[in-house]
Amino acid sequence: MTAPVIDRRTFLKTGFAGTLLLACVGHVAAASDDEEASMLTAISAALLVGMLSGQPAARTEALSSTVAGVRQAVAGLPPHLQSEIADLFSLLRFSLTRRFLAGVSAPWAEAREEDVAAFLESWRHSRFSLLQTAYGALHDLVLGAWYARPEHWAAIGYPGTPEVF
Amino acid sequence: MTDTQPGRQREAVSNPTRDPMRDGLAAGWKHIDASRLQADTMLEADVVIIGSGAGGGIAAELLSDAGLKVILVEEGPLMTTSDFRMRESEAYPQLYQESAARKTVDKAITILQGRCVGGSTTVNWTSSFRTPPTTLAYWQEALGLRQLSVESMAPWFAAMEDRLGVRPWPVEPNANNGLLAQGAEKVGVPTHVIPRNVRGCWNLGYCGMGCPIGAKQSMLVTSIPAALARGAVLISRLRADRLIFSPQQRIVGLKGLAMQADGVRPSRINVRIRARHFVLAGGAVGSPALLLRSKAPDPHGLLGQRTFLHPTLVSAGVFSQRVDGYAGAPQTIYSDHYLEQFAVDGPLGFKLETPPLHPVLYSTTLQGFGAQHADKMRDFPHAQVLIALVRDGFHPQSLGGRVRLRSDGSPALDYPLNEVFWEAARRALLAMAEIQFAAGAKRVTPVHEGTLGYSSWAEAKRGIADLPLKPLACRIVSAHVMGGCAMGATPERGVVDPRGRHFQIENLTVCDGSLFPTSIGANPQLSIYGLAARNISLLAAELQNRPALAIP
Ligand SMILES: Cc1cc2nc3c(=O)[nH]c(=O)nc-3n(C[C@H](O)[C@H](O)[C@H](O)COP(=O)(O)OP(=O)(O)OC[C@H]3O[C@@H](n4cnc5c(N)ncnc54)[C@H](O)[C@@H]3O)c2cc1C
Ligand code: SF4
Repeated sequence: MTAPVIDRRTFLKTGFAGTLLLACVGHVAAASDDEEASMLTAISAALLVGMLSGQPAARTEALSSTVAGVRQAVAGLPPHLQSEIADLFSLLRFSLTRRFLAGVSAPWAEAREEDVAAFLESWRHSRFSLLQTAYGALHDLVLGAWYARPEHWAAIGYPGTPEVF
Repeated sequence: MTDTQPGRQREAVSNPTRDPMRDGLAAGWKHIDASRLQADTMLEADVVIIGSGAGGGIAAELLSDAGLKVILVEEGPLMTTSDFRMRESEAYPQLYQESAARKTVDKAITILQGRCVGGSTTVNWTSSFRTPPTTLAYWQEALGLRQLSVESMAPWFAAMEDRLGVRPWPVEPNANNGLLAQGAEKVGVPTHVIPRNVRGCWNLGYCGMGCPIGAKQSMLVTSIPAALARGAVLISRLRADRLIFSPQQRIVGLKGLAMQADGVRPSRINVRIRARHFVLAGGAVGSPALLLRSKAPDPHGLLGQRTFLHPTLVSAGVFSQRVDGYAGAPQTIYSDHYLEQFAVDGPLGFKLETPPLHPVLYSTTLQGFGAQHADKMRDFPHAQVLIALVRDGFHPQSLGGRVRLRSDGSPALDYPLNEVFWEAARRALLAMAEIQFAAGAKRVTPVHEGTLGYSSWAEAKRGIADLPLKPLACRIVSAHVMGGCAMGATPERGVVDPRGRHFQIENLTVCDGSLFPTSIGANPQLSIYGLAARNISLLAAELQNRPALAIP
């Protein structure tokens, strides 16, 4: 594939959908569900630093249930939001846009946590509202999926719901 | 002090039936779950009500009481008391619009609204205020809605308070609310106890996930069961897609799309309903959207305009003692001090309240990620949160937002946040931090991407003064959507008249939060109940050819 002719600024102004870039990405991305899982795992790991266990098996297990939770949450969203999220995930898992927009050079499975955190931090404070909102979506999806699960409540001292009957 | 053990302090009243819907359905009440329909269906009624929330619920009860044949259409699912398990992971996708992730177009404001039988009343936090006199006076004087005076509305509010068990919360506030009272008192700001619509409340604190004991007097356990007991038919999981007009601009029917069981997409089944009269109660996003989709007449371009939100700022304090903000009735103390500081159409005022704290709601609202976020989450039981609800729609530059349609016909809400708003937002963040420090907070964090919080009032005062207040950086939320089909004194000034009757469509009454020509300046449910009771009483008399009620 050749690099699409579009500069970053125009792209960021036009939005995820409807860009030439996305049209290219859509093609490639459809094939690689594993890459999406790696992407979501890497992003979740960076967002959840401080909550994730250091123990490898527990960590892997917690991350995979988080990724499953994110996917489940997305499936419950209305179609217009599902397609926005699908566009965002496509851009992130495709290597060219991963580098171009997120500045993460290694494939997600090999990306260093600091690099992923740096990308999230730069989107969080980006002057492009599109990237800020994309950060917001990742923030809400991942943290929501994590704290929805009762096994993560003890760490924050939440006793859980009261017994009613 | 406050006993925060969940379920310990309870109201000394018991509720006879925990789950009236389930009991009634077992006894033969009529409910159609449209997601289970196998074929297109035609139905007929005297009145079709679209939306089963605050306005639709009251309308269903009063119209069935009057002996009219009513069909109540709701896009969301029928979930009843016994289904409510106090789990965010279930409640948000099942009971909320867009899984509680509805946002304005620029994504700067998160909007909470219900999407289930009972609408937002099924998940609301039970605060019950009459429309403030200042608001009614402004409607009368500035907008020409003379009929809506404190005196003329009082009997309707009283009747609804009685119907829904509204009274000031008699039990000690939970610590989250108690700290608002204590901090405010220290800085000389008066607070008051919130009236709640509950009977036999166990003080659990999970109102936002559906009351698990049926204590909250939402439409789901009061008016809707009353309507079904009188023969009304409830159709859940049916999205009102379009109103069908005759050439004379009368509505002849409603076309509904049955939703699939997951509520995300329509199935291929259509339901058509014919009726003499249509009551629109889809809430302040859903109602204007249905009229826009139906290409309803809108000669003055007012439809979907002036949508108000009480855009809300959030401030999180951390205390050395436990606060347990998830336990106990969520909202029991408020202050109107900052609403009363300036003229109603002057610099925007705000109402101070508290939200309930739950892990998903709190973690997704809090700014930042990684270790910093994790540290804040570890303080969860010690967190005390204040919210400031900004009164929009009175100041000449507070014009609210606008509902329009996406290409797929779904509603989108634009709500530009301008300087007039941000000026109030800064005052609100300051006021909340001051109160939280006065109450003994160790740390106060405005929910804003640009700060990690402050450890003293002096530091907060300096910090907040310099915070860049901008969309997406400063978190804004709303659970109060109002306007879009506003009442007006004349067709040039409103979509409907002061009785909710559409100016151009003779057989359409709007009956929900979309009626309001400004925000309410208080949590809106009782304003909707009162106005619905008044307007639907008038409508019922007319539909039955009874003499019109002698009310203004
Ligand atoms: C979390 C939360 C807490 C709140 N707390 C309080 C509180 O403490 N006090 C207070 O006064 N207010 C509170 N509110 C707000 C209050 O509940 C609402 O203002 C009120 O219920 C609005 O009434 P409504 O009739 O306008 O719409 P809703 O109650 O929102 O009902 C509208 C219904 O119409 C349905 N609908 C929409 N479009 C269609 C369509 N096309 N076809 C079929 N059905 C449709 C929706 O699914 C929904 O069920 C809260 C709201 C929320 C979400
Ligand atoms: S606090 Fe709310 S959820 Fe709990 S019992 Fe009372 S009304 Fe029901």
